[in-house]
Amino acid sequence: MSMPFYVAPEQVMKDRADYARKGIARGRSLAAVVYDDGILMCAENPSSTLRKISEIYDRIAFAGVGKYNEFDQLRIAGVRSADLKGYSYSREDVDARSLANQYAQILGQIFTHEMKPMEVEILVAEVGGEPGTDQMFHILYDGTVMDKQGFTVLGGEAEAIADRLESEWREGLDLANALRIAVGALGGPDRTIEPSELEAAVLARSNGRRAFRRIDRDELADILPAAPASNSTTRAPSSTEPPQTAG
Amino acid sequence: MPLFTPGDDPGPSFADLLRRTGRQPEIPQLSASERFDITHGTTVVAIRYADGVVMAGDRRATAGNWISHRAIEKVFPADRHSGVAIAGAAGPAMEMVKLFQLQLEHYEKVEGDALSLEGKANTLGQMVRNNLPAAMQGLGVVPLFAGFDTRREGGRLFEYDITGGRYEETRFAASGSGSMHAGTVVKLGYREGLSRDETVDLAINSLFEAADEDSATGGPDLVRGIYPVIATITSRGFERLDEAEIAERFRTLLERLAIREAGAPARVPETSDQRGVDEP
Repeated sequence: MSMPFYVAPEQVMKDRADYARKGIARGRSLAAVVYDDGILMCAENPSSTLRKISEIYDRIAFAGVGKYNEFDQLRIAGVRSADLKGYSYSREDVDARSLANQYAQILGQIFTHEMKPMEVEILVAEVGGEPGTDQMFHILYDGTVMDKQGFTVLGGEAEAIADRLESEWREGLDLANALRIAVGALGGPDRTIEPSELEAAVLARSNGRRAFRRIDRDELADILPAAPASNSTTRAPSSTEPPQTAG
Repeated sequence: MPLFTPGDDPGPSFADLLRRTGRQPEIPQLSASERFDITHGTTVVAIRYADGVVMAGDRRATAGNWISHRAIEKVFPADRHSGVAIAGAAGPAMEMVKLFQLQLEHYEKVEGDALSLEGKANTLGQMVRNNLPAAMQGLGVVPLFAGFDTRREGGRLFEYDITGGRYEETRFAASGSGSMHAGTVVKLGYREGLSRDETVDLAINSLFEAADEDSATGGPDLVRGIYPVIATITSRGFERLDEAEIAERFRTLLERLAIREAGAPARVPETSDQRGVDEP
């Protein structure tokens, strides 16, 4: 029987993190932006059926980037956890912070104990009753939780996109402006993203009990400025992406 | 946070999820001698009309011959385009409504798309059937379900029996202790293509007559300002009528009835000192 090679724990963790980061970087990014009536989430996604952004509970939404089957499994677990908690106690007792902690536990556990880490980055967002009370929890593949204010970006090109948002974002944006800067930041200076390549949804205070609402592509086309034909350099969706990732 | 392996996954069913996580409520085991008066909700009706369905329910809950609640509600939105009305043991009925609403929302969130109206009606049927052992202990629940079928563009309504039997009605349905009287009033006043106002008045009339004949059905409570809950379900969704509108319609009905009663011949008192005395 041969002895297994010794690998330093630092090296194991680094390899896993690199593996997860590479997987996430293959998919496209997602931006979440606080605006005057709540939180806007916007992602590049050529598919209109495989969603990156979804409703979890009355005031809570979920967004994920990376490997579709993995973040969708997390999404469903979140819906189940929230519905069970609301059923056992009260609808008011379901909150994003608790969900984010549960996600962090799962992702951390899988990162250290399983063969392969999850190649996902997720966002748990909760719209508050008043402006300024919205919460966004950005959770990484290894279970790191970050409490974000104003805006946050998930995915491979997160830093560049966050830099662009940093210069554009301000408090009290309306929905149309929030959408324009989010889409502008996702695309960058030399690329315009068509409404048919976008998925967007809001958690809006004014929406009643269930704050989540999808913004369909017709509505997106109405809000976003029409792209000048010459400037449009949309990427072909199928050639640049592996089949497992949705957008 | 519940995570399942693919073969063990409960899918979009909330009831299954409750079973898997050990939260399924137990069925009570009462022997006949231990039975006691529990709270019952009474009369509800659903009537189809030109734009959808009107659902209405009185506000009384009774325990034996006590009035245990004067302002209970029995008509609820199930989701955006459907409603559920309950009659029977109030505790289990409220729990069933809560679970049913949750089930529809849970399915919609997990699957990313709402159930068809038919699917919702079947789901409620399964819940009533699962309640059968409790129903045998005197805790029966007999709901009505109505909705606007967005795929077929029209109102549809369903009634159930205690075993979970699901029956689609094309015109109207009634459930609860006053259902015979309420149902008869609706039956006589019904015609195809009723307008919203006519249907609401018919529902109000039916509940009034049911309350007039059945002690477990509550009539309009003018002292406290408690009136039946009435809702319309149309392409615009489930909309509860304004209390003020219902009060106004009841006032109109009562005025009409008062005129009718005033025309009835005067009653001869049973105990009168006039009896047997010849007029001078």
